[in-house]
Amino acid sequence: MKMSFRLRAAVLSVALLVAMLATWQVATMGSGTAADMDPEYAKLMGLTATQGKSAMPGPLDVGKILWKHLADPFYVKGPNDQGIGIQLAYSIGRVALGFFLAVIVAVPLGFLIGLSPLFRQALDPFIQVMRPVSPLAWMPLALYTIKDSGISSIFVIFICSVWPMLTNTAFAVANVRKEWLNVARTLEVSTLRRIFRVILPAAAPTILTGMRISISIAWLVIVAAEMLVGGTGIGYFVWNEWNNLSIANVINAILFIGVIGMALDQLLGWVTRLVTYPE
Amino acid sequence: MSLFQDPFDAKSELAACPCGKHHSLSEHDAAVAAWQHEAQLRTAADEEKRLTNAVDQAVVRALLPNDATRRRVLHAIGAGTLLAAIEQFFPLGHAREAFAQSGKIEKTDLKVGFIPITCATPIIMAHPMGFYSKHSLNVEVIKTAGWAVVRDKALNKEYDAAHMLSPMPLAITTGTGSNPIPYTMPAVENINGQAITLAMKHKDKRDPKSWKGFKFAVPFDYSMHNYLLRYYLAEHGIDPDTDVQIRSVPPPEMVANLRADNIDGFLAPDPVNQRAVYDGVGFIHILSKEIWDGHPCCAFAASQEFVTTMPNTYQALLKAIIEATAYATKPENRKQIAEAIAPANYLNQPVTVVEQVLTGTFADGLGKVQKVPDRIDFAPFPWHSFAVWILTQMKRWGQLKGDVDYKKVAEQVFLATDAAKLMKEVGLAPPTSTYSSFKVMGKTFDPAKPKEYIDSFAIKRI
Repeated sequence: MKMSFRLRAAVLSVALLVAMLATWQVATMGSGTAADMDPEYAKLMGLTATQGKSAMPGPLDVGKILWKHLADPFYVKGPNDQGIGIQLAYSIGRVALGFFLAVIVAVPLGFLIGLSPLFRQALDPFIQVMRPVSPLAWMPLALYTIKDSGISSIFVIFICSVWPMLTNTAFAVANVRKEWLNVARTLEVSTLRRIFRVILPAAAPTILTGMRISISIAWLVIVAAEMLVGGTGIGYFVWNEWNNLSIANVINAILFIGVIGMALDQLLGWVTRLVTYPE
Repeated sequence: MSLFQDPFDAKSELAACPCGKHHSLSEHDAAVAAWQHEAQLRTAADEEKRLTNAVDQAVVRALLPNDATRRRVLHAIGAGTLLAAIEQFFPLGHAREAFAQSGKIEKTDLKVGFIPITCATPIIMAHPMGFYSKHSLNVEVIKTAGWAVVRDKALNKEYDAAHMLSPMPLAITTGTGSNPIPYTMPAVENINGQAITLAMKHKDKRDPKSWKGFKFAVPFDYSMHNYLLRYYLAEHGIDPDTDVQIRSVPPPEMVANLRADNIDGFLAPDPVNQRAVYDGVGFIHILSKEIWDGHPCCAFAASQEFVTTMPNTYQALLKAIIEATAYATKPENRKQIAEAIAPANYLNQPVTVVEQVLTGTFADGLGKVQKVPDRIDFAPFPWHSFAVWILTQMKRWGQLKGDVDYKKVAEQVFLATDAAKLMKEVGLAPPTSTYSSFKVMGKTFDPAKPKEYIDSFAIKRI
């Protein structure tokens, strides 16, 4: 029964995909109403203007370009034209660096806030004000003070991924079950031992959930940050193809961004399962 | 190579053959190839020795033009005595030093930022067409997302030099919209080459008086585009601040915004205008040359620090760009340039769009093919009068506050002397004066009277 349910879901997924692609293809097929133009003039114009071709590419156009990208993902034709694999690697590298810096800061700080009601009370106003600020709003400030666009984008990733981790860690640490802490106290466990052997394992799943939220946000933000600063990365790729009004390439980039985002999320989901113990 | 032969060697002949060392041409060619290979490997010390040799040789050759006489003298008194004798009355040491200084490039790996528009043609084409490598520079041209980012990256020294809008170095130096940092503009990139493009639905509204309520886009607040559009509107009685809205939109987003109906038109650099026509989104209302024929637009800019701390690098870079500019001025080269700069690494546009811009044979969006060979042109000379005009407009629209010494700022930022010298070397004719008056929409601008010029406008913000 379970298998057939899965199967039915898969069949439905495929059917939805096919229906969507078919509608897309039909909707974007050239209307064929070629405008009446002087041939010399028509030669200077794009297909959209001369043959009434839709400005939106069809799934076949997108597929063709997808194949091109997959066939040669790592080419380098100068600093401004590199393969999509290289661009994705740049973005993943930036996200990883910013994310790990955020882990180094957010987890200890979260422990401090979670363990000490005084710190929680004192730091709360700062966290509440800083948390809702769009990370991209930091970009001009970062560019101006750090004076390096590469480090600025890493800083923006850092600042956007620090908050969910911080609040989740603090919440998890503050809400470790009282019974476990009481047992530790009766056994006269030292503070460090209590933190590493009781609180950390108990809080780990919630901390990991915070990280999972963080990495999703970081992946959302890196695209925007790279579009803003340019140079390298998948965000730059989107911007560069937008510059050329190449919607087919932009759709391709969206596909790649989605797949990588899913992979990052699944990776952290897997780590979460590793640290979760059934009670 | 005879240039690097030891002139104090009695056995060598200095003026005998093209090279002075070999008996046949093939032998000479082989030696040249070997020398070139060696040149790549040579160390700084070697370089110095070679330069010293070259200087000495020039001096000895000047003193003893006859090779036979020189050899006889050397045989008679020896190299050391001759050297000492020469040093008595000619400061060989100084000459060696001076020659070495003009020869050595302080930094060969450079980064130059650009915005993907045809105004940047000389900066971009110098890369694929080898103008940088000709001057032994290894330049990376980096595409940048917008003017504010170019400014910040240039100020952060991520770029050694950059493609900027010609008002930007003036704005940076005067601290308008950023902290004041001495910036310089050694060369103009292009003149003309912009256009006012309107959405197709305004096909019948060709009179600017009917444009009240329009939303326009310009690439940057401190751009010729902004000043020209404001000037054009104001001359037609439209107040650019109250009657219409002018937004700053990065060039790549302009066509998308025009298609989405967010804006009614723009005064933009190419290929944006031609791209709007190519995609059937807009039509070219007028070319910017109809507002001011010969106006400057984009520029090659560098910080004053770069110019003073790396004079040789700066000279070589500027020379490469002026040579590229000289190449681009010839109409017969334009097609080839269009092909070189259209790929994804540079402009990322269809070749035909770039070609229409550079050759001036273009579709206007209204069904006609127009032929305007000087739609865009390239002229490197940074006229001080251009700078004064730009400053008057910055003052006119309230961007510049307080008193301005127009002449002083113009001469500090626009480095006309260097450009003139290098233009002569590449065979262009620089003007003798750096100020000249010109006409903008029929109205004469006298660079000697900037204040009176501003006062003469009916619509202004002061």
